[in-house]
Amino acid sequence: MDLFLLILMIFMIVGSVIAIETKNLLSSVISVGVVGFGLSIVFLMLGAPDIAITQMVVEILILVILIRATITTDNTAIERHADTFSLVSSLVFFGLFLIFAFLAVHDLRPFGELLMRVSQTYLETSAEKTGATNVVTGILLDFRAYDTMGEATVLFTSIVGAFVILRRRGRKHKRERDTEKVGILQDEDIKKDFKGF
Amino acid sequence: MGDIEKEIRESKAGMTSIVKTIARFAMGIIIIFGAYIVLYGHVTPGGGFAGGVILACGYVILTLAFGKDLALRKLSDQGASIMDNSGALAFLVIGLLGFTGGYFFLNFLGHGERFSLFSAGIIPLCNIAIGFKVTASLFAIFIALSIFGKFVSGLVEDEE
Repeated sequence: MDLFLLILMIFMIVGSVIAIETKNLLSSVISVGVVGFGLSIVFLMLGAPDIAITQMVVEILILVILIRATITTDNTAIERHADTFSLVSSLVFFGLFLIFAFLAVHDLRPFGELLMRVSQTYLETSAEKTGATNVVTGILLDFRAYDTMGEATVLFTSIVGAFVILRRRGRKHKRERDTEKVGILQDEDIKKDFKGF
Repeated sequence: MGDIEKEIRESKAGMTSIVKTIARFAMGIIIIFGAYIVLYGHVTPGGGFAGGVILACGYVILTLAFGKDLALRKLSDQGASIMDNSGALAFLVIGLLGFTGGYFFLNFLGHGERFSLFSAGIIPLCNIAIGFKVTASLFAIFIALSIFGKFVSGLVEDEE
C-alpha cells in the first residue's frame, strides 16, 4: 500500500508540473484534474471517505467550470519571461525548505499516532455525545459547529464577491439616479459651487 | 407552464438529442443520490457540503445539456440567491435556537436511536440547511461564470 501511495504521489507531482509547464490552457486544466482525482484516491486509501467524496465531487464541478471558462476565452498561450533572479531565489528557498522539512519530519510522531489527546477523545465519545454515527459529521456539526458556521460565512461572502465582480457592466445609470435622489454632490456640482466663490 | 418547458426541451438549444436523452435519465439519479448524501450525512460518509455539490452538478448538467433557458426556469438566479440566503439563515437560526438550552449550537433535540435517519438531534437539520446553501451558491457561481454577464447586462439595457 505504501508503494501504491508513493506511485500516486509521483503521478500527482508529474501532473502538477505538466499543469504549470504546458502552454495549452485546456491540457493544463486537465492536468489539474489529474492531481485532484489522485488526491481523492489517496484520501480513500488513507481511510477518509468523507473527504474523498467531497474532493472528487468538487473536482468534477471545478473541471466543468474551468473548461467552460477556458474554452470561451481565446487566451491559449501565456507569455513567459525568463528571470534568472526569481529562478535562483526560488531554488535556494526550495532547498532551504527541503532541509528544514527533513529536520522537522524526523521529529514527527509515526503516522496515525497523534500528539493531541483531543482527537482521541473525539473519536471515543463522538457517538454517544452527539448521536451521529459518522464521526466526521459529529465533529463538524456538534463539537466544532462554530467553525462550520465560519466556513459557511466564508462561502457566502465569496459568492457575494463573485456576483459583484462578475457582473460585466456596472449599474452606472442606476447609481447616478440614486445620487440624485439622495443629494450626493457630483463632480460637476462641486465645480459649479467652486465657480461661485 | 408545461408547454413552454416542453418547447424549450425540444428546441435546438443545448447539445444533441443523445446528450439530452442521457441527461434526462441521469438527472433524477443524480438528484436522488445528492439528496441521499445530504439526508444521511450523520450516518454514512458525506454531509451537507458534498451532497450540495452533487445537487449543483445536477443543475450544471441540466444547463449544459438543455441550454440556459430551461435551467434558469428550474432555478433562476433570483431563486438561487434566495435559496442561498435562506440556507445560511436557517443554519444560523438552528445555532441560535441552542440558546434555549444554554449555549450556541447546543444539540437541543434528542439523540434518538443510532444508525436511524431521525437521530443525532440538530445535525441532520444543519446538513439540510448547508446542502441548500451549497447547491444554490455553486449553481449561482456556475451561471455567473458562464451566462450571467450577458444576462444581467441585457436586463440593464432593458431598464434603460
